[in-house]
Amino acid sequence: MDRIRMHILVCGGTGCSSSHSEDILENLKKELAYHDLDQEVKVVRTGCFGLCEMGPIMIIYPEGVFYSKVKPEDVKEIVEEHVLKGRIVKRLLHKEAIDEETIKSLNQTRFYEKQQRVALRNCGVINPEDIREYIAVDGYEALGRVLTQMTPQEVVDIVKASGLRGRGGAGFPTGTKWQFAMGDAPVKYVCCNADEGDPGAFMDRSVLEGDPHVVLEAMTIAGYAIGSHQGYIYVRAEYPIAIHRLQIAINQSREMGFLGKDIFGSGFDFDIELRLGSGAFVCGEETALMTSIEGHRGEPRPRPPFPAVKGLFAVPTILNNVETYANIPQIILKGADWFASMGTEKSKGTKVFCLVGKINNTGLVEIPMGTTLREVVEDIGGGVPNGKKFKAAQTGGPSGGCIPASLIDTPIDYENLAAVGTMMGSGGLIVMDEDTCMVDIAKFFLEFTVDESCGKCTACRIGTKRLLEMLEKITSGQGTLETLDEMEQLAYDIKANSLCALGQTAPNPVLSTMRYFRDEYIAHVVDKKCPAGVCKELLSYQILPDKCRGCTACSHVCPAAAISGNLREPHVIDKEKCLKCGACLEKCKFGAIIKG
Amino acid sequence: MKSLAELAELREKMKSSVNMRQDASDDTRVVVGMATCGIAAGARPVLAAFVDEVAKRKLQGVMVTQTGCIGICKYEPVVEVYVPGEEKVTYVLMDPEKAAKVVAEHLVNGRVVTEYTIGAVQQQEHK
Repeated sequence: MDRIRMHILVCGGTGCSSSHSEDILENLKKELAYHDLDQEVKVVRTGCFGLCEMGPIMIIYPEGVFYSKVKPEDVKEIVEEHVLKGRIVKRLLHKEAIDEETIKSLNQTRFYEKQQRVALRNCGVINPEDIREYIAVDGYEALGRVLTQMTPQEVVDIVKASGLRGRGGAGFPTGTKWQFAMGDAPVKYVCCNADEGDPGAFMDRSVLEGDPHVVLEAMTIAGYAIGSHQGYIYVRAEYPIAIHRLQIAINQSREMGFLGKDIFGSGFDFDIELRLGSGAFVCGEETALMTSIEGHRGEPRPRPPFPAVKGLFAVPTILNNVETYANIPQIILKGADWFASMGTEKSKGTKVFCLVGKINNTGLVEIPMGTTLREVVEDIGGGVPNGKKFKAAQTGGPSGGCIPASLIDTPIDYENLAAVGTMMGSGGLIVMDEDTCMVDIAKFFLEFTVDESCGKCTACRIGTKRLLEMLEKITSGQGTLETLDEMEQLAYDIKANSLCALGQTAPNPVLSTMRYFRDEYIAHVVDKKCPAGVCKELLSYQILPDKCRGCTACSHVCPAAAISGNLREPHVIDKEKCLKCGACLEKCKFGAIIKG
Repeated sequence: MKSLAELAELREKMKSSVNMRQDASDDTRVVVGMATCGIAAGARPVLAAFVDEVAKRKLQGVMVTQTGCIGICKYEPVVEVYVPGEEKVTYVLMDPEKAAKVVAEHLVNGRVVTEYTIGAVQQQEHK
C-alpha cells in the first residue's frame, strides 16, 4: 500500500518530552517496522496539545482516538491491537471517555469544548519541523497576500481594526505600535520577545515548539508593514526544543524563499536571526531585551524614547510577543471583523493561559476574552483536586496579583483584571486552594524578583530585599501590625521609584494579597498563626491524649526523637525538639495528632 | 517562492497529508473488520484498496478505519459503511476489486452495491 491510512500524533512538547515521549516515538517506529506497517502509518511528532496533565499524549487518526499517559512500554499493545487489528486500547483512553463509555475525540472533551484556538490552532496538529505541513494548513498564504496585494498602510490598518493588543502583558494596541514605527528611517528592526520568564508560564514556548513558522510569517508581515528588512527573535536559552525547531523553521523558510531576497517576487527582502537570552528575567522588559541583543548587559533604559522611535541599535524597532505574532496571519486571512467578533468590547480575540497549580487539568488553554475565571477553573480546568476549596488564582506572575474566590465570576480581559488589582500578564494562571498561605505566596514571588532585579535602580534592588525581609519576619512570627504598614509604604515607594516594569510591579503580589487576604496577614502578626498551616515557624504539633492509643507509630517515625510515651499510653511531643516535619501526622491512624 | 499561485499549488499537494487530522464525527465511515480472522481472510488488501481508491478520487468526508471482530467470521473480510443519517450497510466476502466498486458506486454515487451485502449473499446461499 503506498497511501497512508493512519496518522499517529505524539506530543513532542517540553512537558511530554520530559515524560519520555521520545522513547514512545522510538518504540513506535520499531513496532511499526516489525509489523510491516511503516509504509501505511505516518508518525508525527507535534507540538503541545495543551492537556499536559495527561501527558504523554497520543492521538490516532482517522478515528481521532485520544490516548493519555502513554508509557513507552504501552506502544507494543497500541500497535498490535489498535493499528493492526482496529481494537482500541480502552485502558489508555482519556479518563473522561472511559467514564462515559464513549470514544471521544479531543474537541469533545470538557477541557477543549470551551476553548477557541487561534494562536494555538496548529499546535498538536502539524509537524513543526516540516514547513510543508504548515503550508497545507494555509501557512504563508497571509504573507503572500500581504506582499502581492496590500500596501504597508493597509496591513497596519487591518491590524489596528482587529483590536489586537499585546499579549506579553501590557496590552498595548499592536496596530498603533506598528503605525508609530512606519516613518521613513532607512534601517528598522522587527523583534520578537520570546523571553518568557514568569514562573509557571509556558505559552510562548508551546507556540514556538508547536508552530514556529507562524511567528516567522508574522514577523515578515510586520517587516513589510513598517519597512524593515531584519528581524530578531530573542528566545531564552532554557528552551532548547523551541530553539531547535525555530532554527529548522528558519532554514526551511529560507530554502523555500519565504525569507531572504525578493519574497513572492515582490522585491521585498527580509531575514530573521535568533538571539539567545541567558535567563535574566529583566530581559523580558523591552528596553533591556534590546540592550541585550546589542551585546550589552541586559539593563532597561528610560522611555521615552519608545522603541518604535528609537529602539534596537537606536533605530525604530517594533517588539511584539510570540503570542501576539501568532494571531497576525489569521487576522490577515480572516479579516479584522472576524477577530474583533471574539472577546469583549476593549479586549478582542483570545488569550492563551497556562493553567497550573492546584488544578486537575494542568495545561495550556486558549479562551475567548471575557470567559470567566470560574469557567476556566471549573469547566476547562476540571476544578481543584482532592475536593479542596478554590481560594484564589494568581495571574501575571511576579508582576501580577491574585483574584480571590469571591471574584471568581470576573470575566477575564485586560480591563477587568486591572480593576480587581491584578493584570493579564503573559498568561500564567496559578490556581491556589485552601492549603495555600497567601503570605507565603507573596514571599515566593518576592524571592523571585529579589533574585531577578537587575540592580540598576536602588528602589528595586534594595527595596525588594527589605520587603522580602519584612515578609520573612511575618512568616516567622516576628511581625507586628506596624510591619504591615511599613510594608505597604515601602511597596508604594518601590513602585514609584523604579525605572522599568520589573520594579514598578514587583510589589504587586504583596499589595494584592494584603488587599484580599489582610485577615491572613493579621493572623500571622497578631495571633502568630498561619491559618493554612504552611508557615512552619508558626506551627505546633500536638497529640490529643484522648485519641492517642499509644501505638508508638509516631515515635518510631519522628526523625528528631521528639515523641515519647509508653506503649498503650498517650504520647507527648517535646516542642523544643520538634522539627515540624509533619511525619507523625501522616503516620497516625487515629487522627490523634493535630497541627495549628 | 515567487507567487501565490505557486504556493496554492504546493498547498493543494500537501493538503492530503494533513486532512486526516480533523474532527471527523460527520464523516462517512468505512469500517474494515481487522481481527485475526479478518486479516487471515484477506482484510489487509481490502483496507488498502479502500484507502487507495478514496485517495485517488480525492473524496472528502470519508474515513477509512478498522475495527475488531464483527462476529461473522465465515463472511470475512467484512466491511461496514456508515453514511450519516442512513442505515449501516454490511458488505461481506470482500476483495480489492469489490472494494473499488463499493467506492465508485456507494461512496461516490450513493448506490448500495446490493449483490455484495450480507443479505444478498445469504439469500444466494439459501437457494
